[in-house]
Amino acid sequence: MTTHASPAGTNYLNWEKGIWSWMKTLDHKRIGLMYLASVLFFFFVGGMFAMIIRWEHLSGGPTVINQATYNQMFTYHGVIMVFLVVIPAIPAALGNFILPMMLGAKDVAFPRLNLFSYYLYVAGAIFASSSLFGWFGNPPADTGWTFYTPYSIRTSPTVILVLTGAFIAGFSSILTGLNFIVTIHKLRAPGLTWGKLPLFLWALYATSVVQVLATPVLAITLLLLILEKVIKIGIFDAALGGDPVLFQHFFWFYSHPAVYIMALPAFGIISEMIPVFTRKPIFGYKAIAYSSFGIALIAFLVWGHHMFVSGQSEFANFTFSLLTMLVAVPTGVKVFSWVGTMYKGSISYEAPMLYVFGFLELFMIGGLTGVFLGTLAIDVHLTQTYFVVAHFHYVMVGSTLMALIGGMHFWFPKMFGKLYNERAAAVGFWMVLAGFNLTFFPQFILGSQGMPRRYWSYLPEFTFLNQVSSWGSFLLGLGFLWIAIYLAYALLKGERASDNPWGSLGLEWQTSTPPPLENFATTPTVKEWSYDYRPGTPLPGSKTA
Amino acid sequence: MSQTVVSTDPGVRHHAHHFDSAEHEFDSAKQGMWLFLVTEVLMIGAIFVAFMTFRGLYLEDFQAAHKLLSVPLGATNTVILITSSVTMVLGVTSAQRKQKGLTVLMLFLTFLLACGFLIVKYIEYTGKFHHGIMPAGLYTGVNEFAASSDAFKLFFSFYFVMTGIHAAHVVIGMGLILWIMRRAARGEFTGGYYTPVELVGFYWHFVDLVWIFLFPMLYLIG
Repeated sequence: MTTHASPAGTNYLNWEKGIWSWMKTLDHKRIGLMYLASVLFFFFVGGMFAMIIRWEHLSGGPTVINQATYNQMFTYHGVIMVFLVVIPAIPAALGNFILPMMLGAKDVAFPRLNLFSYYLYVAGAIFASSSLFGWFGNPPADTGWTFYTPYSIRTSPTVILVLTGAFIAGFSSILTGLNFIVTIHKLRAPGLTWGKLPLFLWALYATSVVQVLATPVLAITLLLLILEKVIKIGIFDAALGGDPVLFQHFFWFYSHPAVYIMALPAFGIISEMIPVFTRKPIFGYKAIAYSSFGIALIAFLVWGHHMFVSGQSEFANFTFSLLTMLVAVPTGVKVFSWVGTMYKGSISYEAPMLYVFGFLELFMIGGLTGVFLGTLAIDVHLTQTYFVVAHFHYVMVGSTLMALIGGMHFWFPKMFGKLYNERAAAVGFWMVLAGFNLTFFPQFILGSQGMPRRYWSYLPEFTFLNQVSSWGSFLLGLGFLWIAIYLAYALLKGERASDNPWGSLGLEWQTSTPPPLENFATTPTVKEWSYDYRPGTPLPGSKTA
Repeated sequence: MSQTVVSTDPGVRHHAHHFDSAEHEFDSAKQGMWLFLVTEVLMIGAIFVAFMTFRGLYLEDFQAAHKLLSVPLGATNTVILITSSVTMVLGVTSAQRKQKGLTVLMLFLTFLLACGFLIVKYIEYTGKFHHGIMPAGLYTGVNEFAASSDAFKLFFSFYFVMTGIHAAHVVIGMGLILWIMRRAARGEFTGGYYTPVELVGFYWHFVDLVWIFLFPMLYLIG
């Protein structure tokens, strides 16, 4: 079938109108945008909780909230950011939009399932966030996002709502992963062999494998914890003969690979953007593609490094520590390949490329401190301190969020047919980068000096660095607001974009802008790899239609 | 958008617009179902691992506890489920051969067998409840072990959770069987298109297979 359903002159945004046409749409691009809007909404909500936490830490004693509220704030910040923002952010939002276009396909393999998984996400989000208002007079959850037993068994029954929300959102993630795997296998355009597959898709494939294999274990773990609270099964409860550490094993068997559900697609976006803005073929295509699978594989073998002080055996500690170091190898392969691509390239500094640099800076710090923490002796000293908080914020924000925002700028012209203002974008980037480093770098120092995480108060000697961190976080928040403002302006009043403003060779750019309903006027045939840039050719001068 | 290429003749093979052909769609749907079953294996596998871990730690208590389960009832259910897998296979092959009446009959038999499974399960559960045999925290039964051993009661937490999750899968399967039975009765699978029957068949065999593992693990091994 090569005929396509989109009426002439229309695109996916305007061929059908009205809110109902969005609610029941099966178009992967519209579903991607609905995910994107939802993810950004929850990013705002989760960000507000973070701001309140940092506000509280402007002084050591009481500032704005009491101890109980503080515990609820970091719980909901974590739950919302992990389950409703960073996990779906790149695969479900950008991935949904871009994946079928990069394949030259009309849609994902199972469009109805795709819409269903969006509604599962919404249902999960409603469950989790409704618990903020308490439940039958019980206070909101205060367990932290990890729901560690036995505390989560004893505390407010409201936790059940949060667990149910995460459980449902987990199925959304599983079904998205399943859909992507089948789509990549079955719906590649003629000529698009595995050896020509764009690196973003290799990354999404590896991500999907992790989603499909790890998330079910989270699902059963959360279900068991719900049953623990409702019918007292006791499997995780020492008082009934069970084992709380088993909960930690199960939880991290999912939640460590989940870090790579967040990071791998980010690596994919970076691999797509670097060749475009350096005008050079990607260096080490195969190494980047296969290292994603290396990371996905090792991801399943390192969960115990979250549990060095849980009382697991010395032998287990030693093994997990060693395996953790191994993650640095495929990750290093990627970073060197990216740097190799940039070497002697014609680098231009549009916003997506700025975010590549931001990504490299933050991810290098996050990744290297991950090696510190993987080292047994150092971890025992630093565990449960702000060092850990700083480390995983550098990894999650540094990789996922930088790539997400970079990718949003990169594909913005294709998605909406509008151009954003480069100068405004540069201002936003520097605010975010400066704000981020000011917020989290001091936390490395605080942690190494022994300030514990999840404490409402701190000793007087930690005051200065905490204040730096708090003011930095306000700058970071302002940076995100600024990005929202100029992107909204671009959406409404931006210049019209041409079909391919970056001169990208990617298949997703070879269709009209915004794309028609089924992506391409006729099914494309792929002849070449999408990275054959000639060094020295600048980006096309005219970026407007 | 998946716009279906509709034929005016009901029952003639059709496929969604984003696939090249009906075979292409069929292959993709099968691959998706296999992946879904992989996620099920991981989900149920996790609790199997937990069970085996605890069993290794508290072998004597678990051995004593498992003797309270009824092997005849468990064996009856095993036979019922294996038979239902046979009727399901016959249902799928008759759909392949476009034999509408036989498909509906076989699916109906499968559904009846599933009902039988749940009836036996009901008898088992109520018998346990009657003796106060409940998940660990709610256990009220009187027994020489129960008084002194937490692990003894923990066995029944695993028993109820594992068989309960399995029974939930059976109930979902029954809903799916009713759904394809209705579609079969309308003659939707007489034109060579029978993907839903095949996929529900996959699912049903999987549910059967889980029981094939549960039965020896909980009832038989001493």
